Amino acid sequence: MTAWTTGLTDIAGLVCVALFLAVMLLGLVVKVPRPGRDLRPLHALRRLRQAIFLTVESGQRLHVSLGRGLLMHQQMAVGMVGLRALERLVSMTAAGDRPTIVTAGTGPLGILSRSTLHSAYETHHWEERYRPTDARVTGLTPFAYAAGAGEVIATENVAANFFLGAFGPEVALLADQAAARGEFVAAGSDSVLAQAVLYAVAEEPLIGEEAFAAAAYLGAGGLHATSLIAEDVFRWLLIALMVGGALFKLVGGHP
Amino acid sequence: MKAPVSTAVAIGVGGVILLGYFLPVPYLTNLRLLLLQWAVFLAAAALFVAALNLSQHHWVRLTNRHEAGTSGLLLIALWGSFVLGLVYPLHSAAVRGLFRFLILPIGVALLGVLTVSLIYAALQMMRRRPGLFSVLFLTTAMLILLGATALPGIGPIPFLSDTLRPWLAQVPAAAGARGILLGVALGTVATGLRILLGSDRPYGE
Repeated sequence: MTAWTTGLTDIAGLVCVALFLAVMLLGLVVKVPRPGRDLRPLHALRRLRQAIFLTVESGQRLHVSLGRGLLMHQQMAVGMVGLRALERLVSMTAAGDRPTIVTAGTGPLGILSRSTLHSAYETHHWEERYRPTDARVTGLTPFAYAAGAGEVIATENVAANFFLGAFGPEVALLADQAAARGEFVAAGSDSVLAQAVLYAVAEEPLIGEEAFAAAAYLGAGGLHATSLIAEDVFRWLLIALMVGGALFKLVGGHP
Repeated sequence: MKAPVSTAVAIGVGGVILLGYFLPVPYLTNLRLLLLQWAVFLAAAALFVAALNLSQHHWVRLTNRHEAGTSGLLLIALWGSFVLGLVYPLHSAAVRGLFRFLILPIGVALLGVLTVSLIYAALQMMRRRPGLFSVLFLTTAMLILLGATALPGIGPIPFLSDTLRPWLAQVPAAAGARGILLGVALGTVATGLRILLGSDRPYGE
């Protein structure tokens, strides 16, 4: 590849990002889609809402697991969505007797989950409900994290679990333990391997980009909802490009 | 606005790194690399904070005499390994021994538990979520596993091992995985842009 084509590819990449941003912002001006009405309903998240209400009613706890997102790695993106979802979930469960408990498997996510928890309580003027120990780093390797988070599931009077973050196959241990105790489990990850495992183990798995849509469906606000529109627009563009490219090659064209 | 300084820093640094990635301007590229180096230091510091957080939780359990034995053992193992790593070089026999005789066997044991959990979950899935997709999922998993197995006296199963398994793995499974990964990539871009716009601010208090 020549320097000229490399430069052209870089510019094209930047233009794509700018277009993506433009579609997101345009959605804010034109119409913010409402999940469940303008966007297709997600069964897993509807069940999660129901489970949360039952958890609050029964005086038990919601456990949010944010996985092992690493700083400077694309895995952190799904962790960020998890943090935004956590903010929403705290406001949904704050009226309950027992506060939401969060587990993370890396330092940055541990710090950010504590900060998000504090911030969510502060926004709703429930500062007295915030306890730093409700956000925990439970282990620093995948299996150590699973073992530590499993202990939270077993000992903290948890009734519902929401796993949203970067996980590996070890997430099966968590989901299996929660299921064995009769707890509700909704789970999503950015890893194909974890998604395959969760499809078998979790009561309500989130497949593909559904994990990234979770915060929007939990009421995170305008840009979360419009980014789903931008994702759809670009998905159709990619499909058109792939089908077009395949047809072009089929008729003997050379790029 | 919540935490305006943190928001400004996040937007500024994110913007510089994004532009430095796409635009071949030497000044931007150097600045991007410098910021990424700082991020590496921050990640290391965050790891240390995480270890402290973990220790704090187990120290509370130890002092409250709630499963004190387990928590005490964990604290000794955590800080013992830390000190060992500080005193001896990473390639030394002591550190390698720690990985080889302790961390690796524990990981392998948990992997064994995971295998059993997955088999049990696959069987439970048919009861919990009966339907065409569950049948398809289980059938595919079984065919892939059987295709990777050599039977005594026969060896690899004809047709399944050499034709069906590679086709299943390379065509429908790979296509599905790529479709999922495209969705994940789009979700990642959207998340990054929301942070650049200051819409997602998990760092603010």
